[in-house]
Amino acid sequence: MKPAAFTYHRARTTAGAVGLLTELGDDAKVIAGGQSLVAMMNFRLARPEHLVDITHVEGLAGIRRDGDSLRLGALTTHRAVEKADLGDFAVLSRAMRWVGHLPIRTRGTVGGSIAHADAAAEWCLLAVLLDARIRAEGPSGVREIRAVDFFRGPFTTALQPDELIVEVVFPRPAPRAALTEYADRRGDFALVAAAVDLDADRVVLGGVAPTPVLVERAGTAEEIAGALELRDEPGISAHYRRGLVRTLVQRARKEASRG
Amino acid sequence: MIQLIELTVNGERHDLAIEPRRTLVDVLRHDLGLTGTHVGCEHGICGACTVLVDGAPARACLLFAAQVEGAEIRTVESLAEPDGTLNDLQRCFSEHHGLQCGFCTPGMLMLAEGYLAEEPEATKEEIREVVASNLCRCTGYQTIVEAIDDCASRRRAAFQDQLDRSTA
Ligand SMILES: Cc1cc2nc3c(=O)[nH]c(=O)nc-3n(C[C@H](O)[C@H](O)[C@H](O)COP(=O)(O)OP(=O)(O)OC[C@H]3O[C@@H](n4cnc5c(N)ncnc54)[C@H](O)[C@@H]3O)c2cc1C
Ligand code: FES
Ligand code: FES
Repeated sequence: MKPAAFTYHRARTTAGAVGLLTELGDDAKVIAGGQSLVAMMNFRLARPEHLVDITHVEGLAGIRRDGDSLRLGALTTHRAVEKADLGDFAVLSRAMRWVGHLPIRTRGTVGGSIAHADAAAEWCLLAVLLDARIRAEGPSGVREIRAVDFFRGPFTTALQPDELIVEVVFPRPAPRAALTEYADRRGDFALVAAAVDLDADRVVLGGVAPTPVLVERAGTAEEIAGALELRDEPGISAHYRRGLVRTLVQRARKEASRG
Repeated sequence: MIQLIELTVNGERHDLAIEPRRTLVDVLRHDLGLTGTHVGCEHGICGACTVLVDGAPARACLLFAAQVEGAEIRTVESLAEPDGTLNDLQRCFSEHHGLQCGFCTPGMLMLAEGYLAEEPEATKEEIREVVASNLCRCTGYQTIVEAIDDCASRRRAAFQDQLDRSTA
């Protein structure tokens, strides 16, 4: 289908984008890579009256090492992360092969994925796993939100309508971490995804609840899977999903221990 | 509301007066008459609309034309010579029977063109993985993978040949 009509605004700076969002209110939406938003607009699941295009804002894309932490500009594409040599943050690059397909990854962005907040999205899992800070700019400046506090529900976040994600900061290296998942078709959103960090003793699961599920001081894969509240859904039973959790946690741990 | 935009497609500049909701694939097909780029699902799944944006394969149905003002767009029409002579990649598709009905072919060609430019050393397994992004209902993919792999090997051989000659 074709999207409903809207007015197009091109922001040149983050302050300009925030200004437009403040002025236009609830009828406006940010567009970054468009890999989720345009599909939703084509389906008319989203009908914003105004689009604020941030893809022409200078300086919003880029990967920067800053002491222990790794800073990703909101417009950094999945593909740029996939191709980067990130040393002890290599888990991020390796996880990108699971995000859609190449032509999706060349456009889709880190900031867009986190703002979109699909409970099975790799970026959302990685952000929770590695305790990332989401830096959001609004009319009164920039604030930092911890990933665990950011995801509130299905496609719902702590972000205000007049706020823009400008950067995602991963505070500590994770040399022994991995993400793996299962989907019926290659490139689809995961039925279940599991991300583990052996050093922090954390496991994050996607596809099992409306937001990524963090398990701290995680026990065995069997225990983690057993503790989940899962329901039978059309086409996928709770039993099957639990089995996937068990297998994927084991698989991710094995991969992570190889470093 | 109508908006004026300037789009560069296959090296040619176009001034357009379009609605902002016009996706790149619709602009290519309806406003520029470049119907080589196909359109299937309009939500990023099938890959029929794949074109190159600044060299990188992208879904033209998931981009508003207004967003790619200033970018270099390349479509399947840019591959052959002006006299219609097919390029090496297109010849490989033909030789390996990498197409039957041809609906997916423009998208597959642009995907492969962009990918091989970035990864000339791509292995057959990597090519198989990349091709999974586009749907083909006819070929079973095997012949598409073979066509792209063969094109990559021939390009590598030609490049090696050039090197050998320049150092000889
Ligand atoms: C076929 C297909 C398969 C896919 N498979 C996967 C997959 O397996 N895993 C996965 O994670 N994703 C997948 N995606 C989605 C893809 O990763 C998107 O890139 C991502 O969800 C959104 O990023 P974007 O930059 O395209 O954002 P957009 O589509 O531009 O925007 C998405 C939402 O985020 C908001 N937004 C964007 N940027 C910002 C910002 N900086 N600040 C505030 N709000 C912002 C927008 O207003 C919108 O609500 C797939 C997409 C397709 C089409
Ligand atoms: S028409 Fe664009 S991916 Fe199907
Ligand atoms: S040749 Fe018919 S869809 Fe691929």
